[in-house]
Amino acid sequence: MSSLSDLELSRRGLLAAGAASAVVAVGPEAAAQESDTMTPGLPPMPVSFEVNGKVRQLSLDTRTTLLDALREHLHLTGTKKGCDHGQCGACTVLVDGVRINSCLSLAVMHEGDRITTIEGLGTPDRLHPMQAAFVKHDGYQCGYCTPGQICSAVAVLDEIKRGVPSHVSARLTDRPRVTNAEMRERMSGNICRCGAYSNIAEAMAEVAGGKA
Amino acid sequence: MRFDTPAGTNPIDRLKVVGKPLDRIDGPLKTTGTAPYAYEHHPEPANAAYGYVVGSAVAKGRIRSMDLSQAKAAPGVIAIVTAENAGKLGKGSFNTVKLLGGPEVDHYHQAIAVVVAETFEQARAAANLVRVDYARAKGRFDLDEELKTAPLTGGSSDEGSSAPGVDRVGKFEAAFASAPVKFDATYTTPDQSHAMMEPHASIAAWDGGSLSVWTSNQMIDWGRGDLAKTLNIRKDKIRFMSPYVGGGFGGKLFLRSDALMAALAARAAHRPVKVALQRPLIANNTTHRPATRQRIRIGATADGTITAIAHESGSGDQPEGGPETAVNQTKLLYAGANRMTSMRLAVLDLPEGNAMRAPGEAPGMMALEIAMDEMAEKLGMDPIAFRVRNDTQVDPEKPERRFSERNLIGCLEQGRQRFGWSKRNPRPAQVRDGRWLVGMGMAAAFRNHINMPSGARVRLGRDGIVTVETDMTDIGTGSYTIIAQTAAEMMGLPIERVVVKLGDSSFPVSAGSGGQFGAPNSTGGVYAACVKLREAVAQRLGYDPANAVFEDGRVRAGNRSAALAEAAKDGELSAEDRIEFGDLGKKYQQSTFGAHFAEVGVDSYTGVVRVRRMLAVCAAGRILNPKSARSQVIGAMTMGVGGALMEELAVDKRFGFFVNHDLAGYEVPVHADIPHQEVIFLDETDATASPMKAKGIGELGLCGVGAAVANAVYNATGVRVRDYPLTLEKHLDRLPPIA
Repeated sequence: MSSLSDLELSRRGLLAAGAASAVVAVGPEAAAQESDTMTPGLPPMPVSFEVNGKVRQLSLDTRTTLLDALREHLHLTGTKKGCDHGQCGACTVLVDGVRINSCLSLAVMHEGDRITTIEGLGTPDRLHPMQAAFVKHDGYQCGYCTPGQICSAVAVLDEIKRGVPSHVSARLTDRPRVTNAEMRERMSGNICRCGAYSNIAEAMAEVAGGKA
Repeated sequence: MRFDTPAGTNPIDRLKVVGKPLDRIDGPLKTTGTAPYAYEHHPEPANAAYGYVVGSAVAKGRIRSMDLSQAKAAPGVIAIVTAENAGKLGKGSFNTVKLLGGPEVDHYHQAIAVVVAETFEQARAAANLVRVDYARAKGRFDLDEELKTAPLTGGSSDEGSSAPGVDRVGKFEAAFASAPVKFDATYTTPDQSHAMMEPHASIAAWDGGSLSVWTSNQMIDWGRGDLAKTLNIRKDKIRFMSPYVGGGFGGKLFLRSDALMAALAARAAHRPVKVALQRPLIANNTTHRPATRQRIRIGATADGTITAIAHESGSGDQPEGGPETAVNQTKLLYAGANRMTSMRLAVLDLPEGNAMRAPGEAPGMMALEIAMDEMAEKLGMDPIAFRVRNDTQVDPEKPERRFSERNLIGCLEQGRQRFGWSKRNPRPAQVRDGRWLVGMGMAAAFRNHINMPSGARVRLGRDGIVTVETDMTDIGTGSYTIIAQTAAEMMGLPIERVVVKLGDSSFPVSAGSGGQFGAPNSTGGVYAACVKLREAVAQRLGYDPANAVFEDGRVRAGNRSAALAEAAKDGELSAEDRIEFGDLGKKYQQSTFGAHFAEVGVDSYTGVVRVRRMLAVCAAGRILNPKSARSQVIGAMTMGVGGALMEELAVDKRFGFFVNHDLAGYEVPVHADIPHQEVIFLDETDATASPMKAKGIGELGLCGVGAAVANAVYNATGVRVRDYPLTLEKHLDRLPPIA
């Protein structure tokens, strides 16, 4: 916590969150208060990371996943809990630009990380191009896997751009291209039970500037 | 509004908003993560504690004792609710099995306790400290074994699929015995899990004797009623809310343990409690699509005219449960003078079987439409031609009763052309593409339409905005959007001037979401309410309601004209009505039809099946929004691929539970499994169905897909598999030699 604006942002977060959670504005006193409700054997641990461009300081039960830190403590509920076991991809967020399943990661492991959630990509009034493409191509139905799909889709196009190979890349040394097969393979960790896959492929192709 | 004569011309026929492929109005919220789901209503109620459900570790038996001491002493624990301290509970009308087990246990992972703590982590840790001593009893877990003595049992899915224990027309046995060409085969379909992405979840908050529940439920009024019944309180004491539902597929038709446990936990903790069923609990704690064993016999003359058809199905369920109505479509889909269907129901101690997307038809068509493919081959006929030959425009059991609209042949013919069916080699295992054996398959699609009463309230504000309120839910189906389109069309507004509020028991009771009855009936209810609002507007403006035209934001009558908002300038206008149905649904057989096509590649070395192309052609009445309707169909086609190739809850017959009870073990299609999918809607209106002239579509899209894929696999390999899902080990040792 280095600047006044950071402090204000955290306080706004606290107000938005209400009084129930372990969002801590600043300083060790607040952290100490928080520990009253914690296990004596499991002292809370402070952690600080940036979420969607804002520094957030939390004091957390060390068992708290990054997913639950986002949803239950920062009230960023756009990131979804579908399985809590790294099987469905609904909790996908970007950490330092790379997608991860936030349910498989403890929050306290992310000291100093830069985290982008669906809320950080765009808002209903200012959609990210991938969000707009999902709306246009109806790349969702119930909407529950959608934030994870969109975070993954943004990361997948970036992975292809950076030349990261996939299981379906013909050669590890060639630059992968934005093909339907590459996108489908790379998106396969994000389950959509409503079955919007064909439309998601169209949306991604549009953003990538190609055809599905 | 009572709908008892076929609809004439009405304002919906203008199709200025209805029928357009508009983007969903909830899209910006869903794609930005700002649509609130059940577990996410944090501003209210404040200070919710966390509940964690403990599931029974045995399938059948009795809890001798529970030791809660360690759990109670664990950090942060506020309360623990079990059957012992929950108070006297009833059982919901729609629940076969009680939702809180103990001391008797009815099935594996039945909820037996909920542990409430300050944080999720504390609740989870404490739940693991609940010690239970069970007296395990012998259970019935083997469907094949129990079917040997199972009685004939009729039943209904309550969603348009039903059949008696035995149903006979003509003399099946004699006609089959004398048929020149006969076919007789048995098929199996496995238990399947809805596996919706949002776990069953609820937040409950008590205020004195009143209870508010934010939950994820397809049927607000059913859930509210059953929660009241279970808690032994008055229904009007409960407010039940479900504005966004992260998938249901039938799994959220009913009150489930998350809502009950949240309510009990909140009462015990004296504060709001949120409960989400942990993913590994869902497959066994909640309901599933029951496995079936189906025998199909078809007799025909040499020209392919069916003279005898029989479909027998067996399934299992908990005591007092019902059969999977897998024979229903065989009563209606094809002609044939001599017919028989029957269902047997075994009692099992596996978790409760119940509706999953297109209950009855989904597994029934998986079998019937393979049988039709096999019979066509036996006759030396093209499978499309065989189906066309046996089309019927009347209910085969009651020939005086016509289908209201039936364009199965149109679907088959369109599909034949669009899919390039002429390129299919009717001899299997002839087409190769490198290492791939390539095949094409098709199947008919069939699902009944049903009428359900549905209500709505419509308000015209001073600002000219029309607000629709109904307890209808949007489970991904597009309800928000098609309801907005309906109100916009009726009131002569652009869709941007309509606000839709759904999923709240304080709104008028609607059809709800299930059985592909949601879209036509809920919009029918909105239509009815809008008719009343139009009358109120005309009256307020002093116009003759019969002549008033609502268009472009204005109301015109004769030479007079006013802005719609003008009618509300002295105060909001509000109208409420519901649509109710006469006997058109009895007079006519109202059904939806389609044709599914699939092309697959089967790896000649490994037997792996990959779907290469898919097409569905549907004739299902007016399509209210071709964009969201198409999504319903491609989603159903995707689920159909799952049913064909991978989905199966594996039963442990020793201990009585579904083994693969999470999203890693229960495989559903992922991106890599699904190719580009095409959908064609045939132009159709069904004036007998509702003023909207629409029918359902969401389940039609699933019915027959599995068989189309299975038939394509057979066409690729020459190996017929009658045991779903078609996993590679079922045909690998019989694949053609590698060239």
